[in-house]
Amino acid sequence: MADKVIKELTIKVWRQKNAKTAGKFETYKINDISGGTSFLEMLDILNEQLINDGQEPIAFDHDCREGICGMCSLFINGRAHGPDDDITTCQLHMRKFKEGETITIEPWRAGAFPVIKDLIVDRTAFEKVLQAGGYISVNTGGVPDGNAIPISQDDAEEAMDAAACIGCGACVATCKNSSAMLFVSAKVSHLAKLPQGRVEASRRAKNMVAKMDELGFGNCTNTGACEVECPKGISIANIARLNREFLAAKIKD
Amino acid sequence: MTVLNSKIPAGPLAEKWSKHKAAIKVVSPANKRKLDIIVVGTGLAGGSAAASLAEMGYNVKAFCYQDSGRRAHSIAAQGGINAAKNYQNDNDSIYRLFYDTIKGGDYRAREANVYRLAEVSGDIIDQCVAQGVPFAREYGGTLSNRSFGGVLVSRTFYARGQTGQQLLLGCYASMNRMIGQGKIEMHERNEMLDLVIVDGKARGIITRNLVTGEIERHGAHAVVIATGGYGNVFFLSTNAMGCNGGAAWQAYKNGAFFGNPCFVQIHPTCIPVHGEQQSKLTLMSESLRNDGRVWTPKKKEDAIKLQKGEMGPNDIADEDRDFYLERRYPSYGNLVPRDVASRAAKERCDAGFGVNAEGKAVYLDFKYSIERLGQDVIEARYGNLFQMYEKITDVDPYKEPMQIYPAIHYSMGGTWVDYNLMTTVPGLYAIGEANFSDHGGNRLGASALMQGLADGYFVLPYTIGDYLADEIQTPRIDLNHPEFDKKEKAVNERLQRLYNVKGSKSVDSFHKRLGNIMWDYVGMARNEEGLKYAIAEIAKIKEDFYNDVRIPGDFDAMNIELEKAGRVADFLELGDLMARDALNRNESCGGHYREESVTEEGEAKRDDDNFTYVSAWEYKGENQEPVLHKEDLVFETVELTQRSYK
Ligand SMILES: Cc1cc2nc3c(=O)[nH]c(=O)nc-3n(C[C@H](O)[C@H](O)[C@H](O)COP(=O)(O)OP(=O)(O)OC[C@H]3O[C@@H](n4cnc5c(N)ncnc54)[C@H](O)[C@@H]3O)c2cc1C
Ligand code: SF4
Ligand code: FES
Repeated sequence: MADKVIKELTIKVWRQKNAKTAGKFETYKINDISGGTSFLEMLDILNEQLINDGQEPIAFDHDCREGICGMCSLFINGRAHGPDDDITTCQLHMRKFKEGETITIEPWRAGAFPVIKDLIVDRTAFEKVLQAGGYISVNTGGVPDGNAIPISQDDAEEAMDAAACIGCGACVATCKNSSAMLFVSAKVSHLAKLPQGRVEASRRAKNMVAKMDELGFGNCTNTGACEVECPKGISIANIARLNREFLAAKIKD
Repeated sequence: MTVLNSKIPAGPLAEKWSKHKAAIKVVSPANKRKLDIIVVGTGLAGGSAAASLAEMGYNVKAFCYQDSGRRAHSIAAQGGINAAKNYQNDNDSIYRLFYDTIKGGDYRAREANVYRLAEVSGDIIDQCVAQGVPFAREYGGTLSNRSFGGVLVSRTFYARGQTGQQLLLGCYASMNRMIGQGKIEMHERNEMLDLVIVDGKARGIITRNLVTGEIERHGAHAVVIATGGYGNVFFLSTNAMGCNGGAAWQAYKNGAFFGNPCFVQIHPTCIPVHGEQQSKLTLMSESLRNDGRVWTPKKKEDAIKLQKGEMGPNDIADEDRDFYLERRYPSYGNLVPRDVASRAAKERCDAGFGVNAEGKAVYLDFKYSIERLGQDVIEARYGNLFQMYEKITDVDPYKEPMQIYPAIHYSMGGTWVDYNLMTTVPGLYAIGEANFSDHGGNRLGASALMQGLADGYFVLPYTIGDYLADEIQTPRIDLNHPEFDKKEKAVNERLQRLYNVKGSKSVDSFHKRLGNIMWDYVGMARNEEGLKYAIAEIAKIKEDFYNDVRIPGDFDAMNIELEKAGRVADFLELGDLMARDALNRNESCGGHYREESVTEEGEAKRDDDNFTYVSAWEYKGENQEPVLHKEDLVFETVELTQRSYK
């Protein structure tokens, strides 16, 4: 079980000072990395090395390091969240890489997610879409008892499947159109599946889609690439549901 | 003589909150529109407070250091949230939840606060359901519960293994609705670095915009700190990488007393540290102890072979395994509370029976329950956790026992607050994990989420009105007031000082040094000698830090090393205060274990005669000894007993 140690790796990483300057790839060597080291710990080690050499460390987003906050990103060797399935970058471990390998690391690339620095991008467009309707309009207090409205186990489970989205943006980064449909449809489905959320379902779909279009996310052409790279297994069936809700809203108009 | 006034209302326990609510002032809707409130933090506590206050009509400004409010560390909570709903008809009640929390906290929490927490717990569940939180359900469509953390009733509500995420997305959705309506002004990637006090009242904060590096001023009629816990003082913990004690520490330096800093919780089931390059520890849910048996080898020679990798756990016969929790605590066995399980693991490893290369791990074995129940049952219960474990360690827990070791998880201590959740600075409030209030010396599982949401949805929105009712004549806060100039300058100087050291070592290297000292001497077991040593060592690390830290990059731009340096500067001081508090509290109580205060069998021994108080520390200036104030805890309802799990 003891993990092997990788003697040498070449890390090719996108460096960009800020949104205004152009970026480029830089190449670094890193040695003696245990396979049990997480990918982000490898970057921590590389950064320590850079600091000791008097260079600026590589900026990347991360926080929980448990695959739940959605803060980590990274396009690793051409794949969002790297070469493993159903995980986020922070859950990726170095045993997935080979001795002597060159690892290429890039930020999410999408018009709606401009680079802030190095590997950090601005994903606040997602928040704006949520603000346009990703909620149930209820104030604190004065709500019915939790058991007042029964919800079938199947509906609750389906709602939970969609609600598991961590808002990381891998779907947008993977999509050749930079579409945010998987993310938006996950929120719309989660709420539409519950009786509490039904009331506003079509209005919500309409407003969120309008916001998404306004913010420069691309159109969905059903390539299904997003579903493959989504770390939380969000299904493209949600996109079909979003389309239904959206159409229903249009018919009402 | 104490200067502390906890403002606990008079009257019978069960009537205190309703009588208090009836007595406190309210602000009219027209006046609410004229009042601004700053909420620092968007976790369950800050998020629920920001949304509720905005819905009531106040103008809210919310802050978080992540790129989105929904990424606060509350998102990582797995297990669930408690509420005294009695949906399972198992004779649960507000009183029972209150009693369990007081007892679980080893009698170091305020009765009145804890009773109120239990009282509003049911409303939280109703609120979350109304927001669309997809809690687990029974076939009949009603809400499911499970039992959690060694209590006798099933009162924990959950959404798969992602309860914190779903609750946070619920209150974040409410926030989003208010952001969309312009009632909340959201500031992401913006870190509070100082508190502004004008004429003795909290009137604003100084922040650093983490994208541009700009220092910003924000004013309000009241400030709410909801910045979470300070477990990262230990460097390695289950907290998110950015969790910090900074905002609470700045509040302390501005006159808010700090309550029970030495009370931190160590969680027994985390994935052990591997090597020296680790940055973060991962929690394995407490629920695993329901079906896993904890053991180390009986024979020293087996342990040595395991450490060298010369044999595996499956090579050790049943009779050579020491199920030490079952041996020491026959009635609770593997289900003893967190603090007891953690210390027992440390005891075995210190005695040389640890099972990994570092000698710092014990086994959690599912072999026996797989034999009894079948692999499919275990898979249905813990499948996702097993998968997570395998991704991290490359070991299949269906075939080989998990390795676990205790790690820092939660801080019961925090900013001291009165019954209204106001700190000792008028107009400054603290809620959620950031305050010290409800968990005493030890927190029960699934109670932190409850407390955060209780504070934010149902307590603070009322109690803050009592203060703000007297502020309706105060115009919008003037950001050009000399106090803002002074504090902005102070923040700039503090950061410049760090940036200009231009030394040779990274911020992390100092943080790791601090963490090692904290873990070894202010961790699971503490004694006078060790604590005094820790205080001296921390002072040395602090000196080295200010002489030799290296912060590359630009000062007035995004600079992650500078962010970290500011946090570590605060941790160095907070670590010192924790050690002082631990030194003062010469009793073993909850998560705080003093080797000088134990029974003959080596179990923790509380000293109620001398320590039935909250310690509240007052800052006296740079390199000055802080002053201890005591809030005596008066138990009108429960009788104090020693915990026993034998
Ligand atoms: C792995 C794990 C599992 C857990 N599981 C459970 C469980 O099952 N049940 C349970 O009840 N509890 C659990 N807990 C505990 C519980 O999750 C936390 O105590 C609780 O969520 C804290 O909520 P909070 O709102 O107080 O703080 P947090 O959620 O930590 O939020 C802090 C907020 O403050 C912001 N912030 C911090 N510092 C600053 C600053 N200086 N300036 C600006 N913003 C700042 C952050 O950006 C964030 O928005 C768990 C904890 C962990 C670590
Ligand atoms: S749908 Fe999947 S990939 Fe897209 S934001 Fe959500 S979790 Fe990330
Ligand atoms: S750091 Fe939180 S999901 Fe990766």
